[in-house]
Amino acid sequence: MNLYRKRRLINGLNLTLSMVAMAFGLFWLGWILWTLIDKGLTSISLDVFTKMTPAPGSSGGLLNAMAGSIAMTLAGVVIGTPVGVLAGTYLAEYGQKGWLAPATRFINDILLSAPSIVIGLFVYEVYVASTHHFSGWAGAFALALIVIPVVVRTTENMLKLVPNGLREAAAALGAPQWKVIVLVTLRASKAGIVTGILLALSRISGETAPLLFTALNNSFWNANMNAPMANLPVVIFQFAMSPYDDWHKLAWAGALLITFGVLGLNILTRLVFRSKTTLH
Amino acid sequence: MEALKSLKPKIEVRNLNFYYGKYHALRSINLTMPEKKVTAFIGPSGCGKSTLLRTMNCMYALYPNQRAVGEIMIDEENILDGKRDLNSLRAKIGMVFQKPTPFPMSIYDNIAFGVKLHEKLGRGDMDDRVEWALKKAALWDEVKDKLKQSGNSLSGGQQQRLCIARGIAVKPEVLLLDEPASALDPISTARIEELITELKEDYTIVIVTHNMQQAARVSDFTAYLYLGELIEFGETTSIFTTPKQKATEDYITGRFG
Repeated sequence: MNLYRKRRLINGLNLTLSMVAMAFGLFWLGWILWTLIDKGLTSISLDVFTKMTPAPGSSGGLLNAMAGSIAMTLAGVVIGTPVGVLAGTYLAEYGQKGWLAPATRFINDILLSAPSIVIGLFVYEVYVASTHHFSGWAGAFALALIVIPVVVRTTENMLKLVPNGLREAAAALGAPQWKVIVLVTLRASKAGIVTGILLALSRISGETAPLLFTALNNSFWNANMNAPMANLPVVIFQFAMSPYDDWHKLAWAGALLITFGVLGLNILTRLVFRSKTTLH
Repeated sequence: MEALKSLKPKIEVRNLNFYYGKYHALRSINLTMPEKKVTAFIGPSGCGKSTLLRTMNCMYALYPNQRAVGEIMIDEENILDGKRDLNSLRAKIGMVFQKPTPFPMSIYDNIAFGVKLHEKLGRGDMDDRVEWALKKAALWDEVKDKLKQSGNSLSGGQQQRLCIARGIAVKPEVLLLDEPASALDPISTARIEELITELKEDYTIVIVTHNMQQAARVSDFTAYLYLGELIEFGETTSIFTTPKQKATEDYITGRFG
């Protein structure tokens, strides 16, 4: 009985500590979200979605910045995902022997933790400096460079979770390796890989530093990826640093839009994949 | 052994040695498995019975540090000489594993997967083949109304029969079964054993099993392996009633293993 009480005591202690840690994390998260909603929601109006970023003192919205952000984020994901998925597949499925896979994995880990400002500077140096102008493509490339290591890592991890028995079973039927990978292992880890891509998308949708050096900003409507492009993070950065009240309001609105855009996208994919996985 | 000599050999293992890296897992194995009979491999864990089974469809070739030296003649062709296309070899030799491994796709597609690799069948022919394989594996009645459902939705025993159907659908000549019933309950196990008895009319079957009663029930010939060596091989009835080797007798009677 004494032992039982001791165990209950230790269990209670551990549970309390875990709950406190969780509450601590949730507290800040809740506070951030609350501030965002409090300040952002009052700034949201129809103008935010229909007008361009204004000069100080005049009325305006974030339409050009939203369009630019969506365009560059999408381009970044579209460029980065195939590279990331293929490289991750190589690491998990082909990289059994030799030095290439471990070396790639090591470099990828460095890239994964590289400060995004370094990536911005890199693209500035090799692309912006040689074309002599900031552009949407430069921004998209910088974002793609952030997408790649995230997708490589999650793709490799998800493929490694696929039991070897599944690979052997497919090979035992006489399937060549590429068919085993495309038809069986990639399919088995589809949900995880999509989650990884989404994670990368969430990560880049708030990145400011790489865009500051590449896409810069643009006060006007621009659908040309070869010209400087407005985007939410840089607009938030500039407007929030400014002394003007109406710019502050737009910055809050932009922050709210990014956060809930990413949140909405996450919820949507969860719903899509839940209806599929219940089959199992 | 007289019975063995009068039968047509399907698989002949000659002087086979197997290595996991530096570890010498099989030592000079010589063994002949007759056509359309069930041969069982028994022995304690780690004795090499699964390793031996996996050399017969060159499964080890998937792993860079595994190596087989010697000859395995299937229909008098050496499959270890490295000259054969492993994919067409594996079409001829089906394999079922210890854990059921349904692919992440529908029941129908699980069966069609292997067939599509080797044959181009029209829609109707493929439907017929899927039905034929599922009937052969005694699964058709349970799944005929839910062929579009995921293979993972089946119970463990059904999944294992799905895997057997998947192997049969390719129309192999040999079936390798690696402890096919060890993860199943007694009823599913009995169904698998019945199935093996039916399937041996058309296929040469090699089964690895931990369960000696199972070996005695389903097999015609039994090989006892210990520490990578073949200790005794012969007709199942004589192995289980009058083993020639003391080691075999000790293992079978449960004094060891």
